[in-house]
Amino acid sequence: MASASVLSPGQVSPEAVKAATPMPDIMPPVKTRKGFIGFLWRNPSIAIGGAIVLLMVLMAVFAPLLFTVDPTALAPARRTREPSAMYWFGTDMLGRDVYSRVIYGARVSLIVGFSVAVLSSIVGLTIGLVSGFVRWADSIVMRVMDGMMSIPPILLAIALMALTRGSVGNVIIAITIAEVPRVSRLVRGVVLSLREQPYVDAAVSCGTRTPVIIWRHILPNTVAPMTVQATYICASAMIVESILSFIGAGTPPIIPSWGNIMAEGRALWQVKPYIVFFPALFLSITVLAVNLLGDGLRDALDPRMAKRI
Amino acid sequence: MALLEVENLQTHFRAPDGINRAVDGVNFHVNAGETVAIVGESGCGKSVTAMSILRLIPEPPGKIAGSIRFNGRDLLKCSDREMRAIRGNEISMIFQEPMTSLNPVLTVGRQIGETLRLHQGMSAQQAEARAVEMLKLVGIPEPERRVREYPHQLSGGMRQRVMIAIALACNPKLLIADEPTTALDVTIQAQILDLMRDLKRTVGAAIVIITHDLGVVAEVAERVIVMYAGRKVEEASVEKLFRNPRHPYTQGLLGSMPKLGSSLTGEETRLQEIPGLVPSLKRKLEGCVFASRCSHTTDLCRKVAPALEEKADGHIAACHYAMKEAVAA
Amino acid sequence: MFAYVVRRVLATIPVMAVVALFVFSLLYIAPGDPAAVIAGDQATPEDVERIRQSLGLDRPYLVRFGAWVFDILRGDLGVSIFTNLPVVTMIKQRIEPTLSLMLVTLILAVSIAIPMGVVAAWKVGTWIDRSVMGFAVLGFSVPVFVVGYLLAYVFALELDWLPVQGYTSFSEGLWPWFENLILPAIALGSVYIALIARITRATMLEVLQQDYIRTARAKGAGQTSILFLHALKNAAVPIVTVIGIGIALLIGGAVVTESVFAIPGLGRLTVDAILRRDYPVIQGVVLLFSFVYVLVNLAIDLLYTLFDPRIRY
Repeated sequence: MASASVLSPGQVSPEAVKAATPMPDIMPPVKTRKGFIGFLWRNPSIAIGGAIVLLMVLMAVFAPLLFTVDPTALAPARRTREPSAMYWFGTDMLGRDVYSRVIYGARVSLIVGFSVAVLSSIVGLTIGLVSGFVRWADSIVMRVMDGMMSIPPILLAIALMALTRGSVGNVIIAITIAEVPRVSRLVRGVVLSLREQPYVDAAVSCGTRTPVIIWRHILPNTVAPMTVQATYICASAMIVESILSFIGAGTPPIIPSWGNIMAEGRALWQVKPYIVFFPALFLSITVLAVNLLGDGLRDALDPRMAKRI
Repeated sequence: MALLEVENLQTHFRAPDGINRAVDGVNFHVNAGETVAIVGESGCGKSVTAMSILRLIPEPPGKIAGSIRFNGRDLLKCSDREMRAIRGNEISMIFQEPMTSLNPVLTVGRQIGETLRLHQGMSAQQAEARAVEMLKLVGIPEPERRVREYPHQLSGGMRQRVMIAIALACNPKLLIADEPTTALDVTIQAQILDLMRDLKRTVGAAIVIITHDLGVVAEVAERVIVMYAGRKVEEASVEKLFRNPRHPYTQGLLGSMPKLGSSLTGEETRLQEIPGLVPSLKRKLEGCVFASRCSHTTDLCRKVAPALEEKADGHIAACHYAMKEAVAA
Repeated sequence: MFAYVVRRVLATIPVMAVVALFVFSLLYIAPGDPAAVIAGDQATPEDVERIRQSLGLDRPYLVRFGAWVFDILRGDLGVSIFTNLPVVTMIKQRIEPTLSLMLVTLILAVSIAIPMGVVAAWKVGTWIDRSVMGFAVLGFSVPVFVVGYLLAYVFALELDWLPVQGYTSFSEGLWPWFENLILPAIALGSVYIALIARITRATMLEVLQQDYIRTARAKGAGQTSILFLHALKNAAVPIVTVIGIGIALLIGGAVVTESVFAIPGLGRLTVDAILRRDYPVIQGVVLLFSFVYVLVNLAIDLLYTLFDPRIRY
């Protein structure tokens, strides 16, 4: 027995208590901040990205109040003016105020980015759930998705736009179609890996019905990856919109969008670079902010996912 | 002079929510040719201690302080280049997981040969020839074929033999084995321990074996260091420690070990357990580290951390209530 | 091994079939009368009728699809509505600049991005890592044509180091050819570099956590050997996969880059075709790019065994 104890609790009072010398700190202490401020402090990407996105949304909503003029008003007499106190970002070939066009242009980019993110999430989630749960549908659906994914997304969107009349709605639909296969794949992957989980097995073996399993076990687990994915889709949709508009297959020229302001500035870019510069700057900052938000959300929501791209 | 002298070793890690004081003031020494075991529950800092000796702790987020003298030279003051010349050459290490500790995309021969090429300047051919010899030495059949194989083609026991071959290729003076048998089947465990004992005799290296398995300790070690919550709580020779454990934690560890035939004696068939969990190392602990789980805790224990004291000849423990003896038990 | 290759090659057939069906059906997915859309707003009913006939839109869907697939298998992608030239001929005229651009971009991007990702993973958390990651987010966020204009403005217009626009055929010498491709390749490569650098860093971070890296360190291996021999070889499969998948970005980006730098390649052909609603050309180019994309990724799949001995066929 290991109880050959020398220890006599309580009774034996130590003759001389010898205290251990305390060990020093070898590192400066870690500052922890609590609450919402602490969260933002620990996730600067979310703080910075979120703030810029919020700013852009406010800018788009309150565009008429931000010292803008009618962004479509032509003024042939004041063509291609350099940026000045009067025309902050200059005027374009048709004399339209570039500043006003850029501010209003935020609307198209944000609407396209947000709508594509929401639409492709909904459609992708549905397709992914179906193919994750309905075995006979899985192989067919995934073959179709594989095929669609083999068409480079920008090319797919271009081909779709080539066949429709340019409108913001069609741009949204075209980009959504190009993004859906990726979302479906992601959801299907999540579903398949969750189905292997013991607690889902347990639910199945208890006779829980499939809709209940989806609602209780699958959907909650798709929220984190889907949120992150939707953010990235939003960023990429804004870029694709600008590319489509830039090559003349996107938003119709009558509606100012960052893409088609640049498309119109294209012919003059060597002599009047500011027409291209300002929309490019706004677009890049906005997409950057959304991407930062996505990175921050990814790190905060699912540290394991940070390892994948 | 001892081969290895560790003094006031502290290894801390910075985490987002505080500093993890994984090892906080550990002292011990290892003599040439000696086998010392470090035991304790998982999370007690024994592996971190082992990794700190070779400075395999990533810095940051980790930081090592104190001194680690090997042959009189403080390893914590060595440059990276000097450390690389020591690693795998004078001090080498075997890890717990033979399944994951070998590089899956390099052949076994290349992985053994790498050490030889690094430290003994061998050519690729020489290194491969020597790798075959090493495989033979650690008892792998058909070494000429195995040397060209990849780790996934070998069984767990064979992979651990390969790890031993890598560790011993340069005849190190000190071998650190971190749970070398934990991941293996029981029959393989015995084989690996036998192999380590045999090779220790041929190579003459000192061994520090890290384990939570007191059976392994009894089998191979001469001296035992018991760690708890990043600190050494007891140290003694194997016989003394097993016969007369002084620290309540050690007593608990021994009490939770099943004994052969104990179920047949009829009395006291239930294994004892140590209640509670290892305290979080992110807060500075006041008093004795074991106070939260010890059944003899007093106010004194909660207030004053006990110093390590020699309670009997060569038997050190950190407990206010462990009695001193004038003569060795 | 041989059986595996055959199986993988056969597995691409349904994918290609879906691509073909999809590209073909685009005309029908679009709302309204495709002939009218292609003809444009100013077209007369006669124009619409002419287009309807030249595209064979008066025939049933499946009959047309069958005939179309049969033509493709014979190497016939139809005839351009605008130039009346066979689409295959038009593609042949335009393929060299695009191939050159993509090849230069691919080599440039891979040789910049992988060391970037490796170093970022090694120096994780330091300013080096942060600037690599910052660059990567930037690469994802700035559209190709903006990078293109910026580069052209600085290095061609202001500094006058490189030509602003245009393309010189490879047959006219290596340097003139390369000189014209430097700026487009950097512009086109920016997203691709970002993508590869990020996956390299992420995979390397994971690999560097592995037990065998600790073993390598315990052996006394140097940093370079640990990063590039022990770790990178283990990280190769995901990195190579992303390099393959990312070619889709190059293809999409080439369309825009060629417009910015006035390179007479397939991208320009596509843009021109869109503006003229020359549907057979769009169809042909999309189909060609998609097939190339599928084949490249097939080749990459087959290469896995070079990087990882555990992958067996």
